[in-house]
Amino acid sequence: MAKYLMLKHYRGAPNAVNDVPMDQWTPEEITAHFDYMNDFAARLEQTGEFVESQALAPDGVFVRFDGEGRPPVTDGPFAETKDLVAGWMVIDVDSYERALELAGELSAAPGAGGRPIHEWLELRPFLGCHSPVTGG
Amino acid sequence: MDEALVRQLTPGVLGVLVRRGADFAAAEDAVQDALVEAIRVWPVDPPRDAKGWLVTVAWRKFLDATKAATARRQREDHVDAPQGPVPDVDDTLQLYFLCAHPSLTPSSAVALTLRAVGGLTTRQIAQAYLVPEATMAQRISRAKRTVAEVRFDQPGDVATVLRVLYLVFNEGYSGDVDLAAEAIRLTRQLAGVIDHPEVAGLLALMLLHHARRASRTAADGSLVPLADQDRGRWDTAMITEGVAILQAALARDHLGEFQAQAAIAALHADAPTAAETDWPQIVEWYDELAQLTANPVVRLNRAVAVGEADGPHAGLAALSTIDPALPRYTAVAAHLHERTGDLATAARLYAEAARAAPNLPERDHLTRQAARLNSQLPR
Repeated sequence: MAKYLMLKHYRGAPNAVNDVPMDQWTPEEITAHFDYMNDFAARLEQTGEFVESQALAPDGVFVRFDGEGRPPVTDGPFAETKDLVAGWMVIDVDSYERALELAGELSAAPGAGGRPIHEWLELRPFLGCHSPVTGG
Repeated sequence: MDEALVRQLTPGVLGVLVRRGADFAAAEDAVQDALVEAIRVWPVDPPRDAKGWLVTVAWRKFLDATKAATARRQREDHVDAPQGPVPDVDDTLQLYFLCAHPSLTPSSAVALTLRAVGGLTTRQIAQAYLVPEATMAQRISRAKRTVAEVRFDQPGDVATVLRVLYLVFNEGYSGDVDLAAEAIRLTRQLAGVIDHPEVAGLLALMLLHHARRASRTAADGSLVPLADQDRGRWDTAMITEGVAILQAALARDHLGEFQAQAAIAALHADAPTAAETDWPQIVEWYDELAQLTANPVVRLNRAVAVGEADGPHAGLAALSTIDPALPRYTAVAAHLHERTGDLATAARLYAEAARAAPNLPERDHLTRQAARLNSQLPR
């Protein structure tokens, strides 16, 4: 078993095929989209492959240490940041092929006109927390 | 109360219910309910006959659930089997076969084995595999549906059972369940119900690796390679047991993959210091192993052994015949280059291997190796 992160981007991924901003969809199309996402997560729970799902607000700031006794420095938000993560789903699956298959299904969520968005999702494997016992 | 005892009784209790006519999925749920009740009740009211108690309670849970489900269909007569004495038949082996049935995915087989044979709760299994309990519950129900049509008395394949146990063993330790120890317990139990040299081989392999566990990680959690391990911390009693089990298995002259792997682990365990390791014999065992399996990792490990037995240049020559895309290939190349004295190449390869490492401890270890060499190199 291996865990994978499926990352959705506000910005930074290549353009989707059906690339219409959500505020220009009909309310029914938006409902259909969220129904699809919820059904997808519920189905993964049924197959025993769901781990978690979260969405992120687009606005964030950069923070760094600025020396002892000083408050941390903040910077941003940067409107021009190239890569902006919108949210993620974590899955626990038997193979890389299965992870690809699921990411493909998630990318088929309906958008404008009820047609699949064909959104680009970033698929990243988790680094495990332990090395195999028989390895050393 | 003794949780280990409860777990050990699990397959026997489940076997009794199935023999009395309960279907596997319902019986398994009933046994899980009985285990949860045992954990609650036994500390204040310990039973005289633990197995009898579990059978009675599990059977009652099964009847309650079945009656609720079939009340309208009036099928009580069918399931109300007599509550006679517990039959003296051991169905443990059948349970192992069923839970590792080839129709199951590896992760389903692992989860079902840990619950139905191992007696772990769904919550414990979910914690060990870092997934939500609801997900693990679904994984187990789905696995049970997959094997619903499998006949309980159908003979199974020992090799698939061993692969499942090997997977559990390699998960190590996370949450409050020690999966490596659990895998050893389940393999030992299997060895008690079937006389098979590869079952013994896997048990020996697990014991020989487990004996080194305390020395495998430093206090800060970082990996300690075999050559640097404090051999004084190896569990000698466990090594002795593993070697004895292996020797008995090898004497039967039906060599298999796990016996060969255990033989290699035994040669490591046998060496008082890393320098005294019998590398030529380890290379011979890797040659045997390569005859038994097409797994390319064997050839990679063999290249490491050749590097120790015949020197790093021989090791690199052995490595040159292997596909560089293989996981850990670059880490092995780094190690062999370091042994040749080419520290710059080794440092570069260690850093490259760290970027491709499949888990955090290995990545951190390889990064430290790169840093160690880089700090020795002229800037």
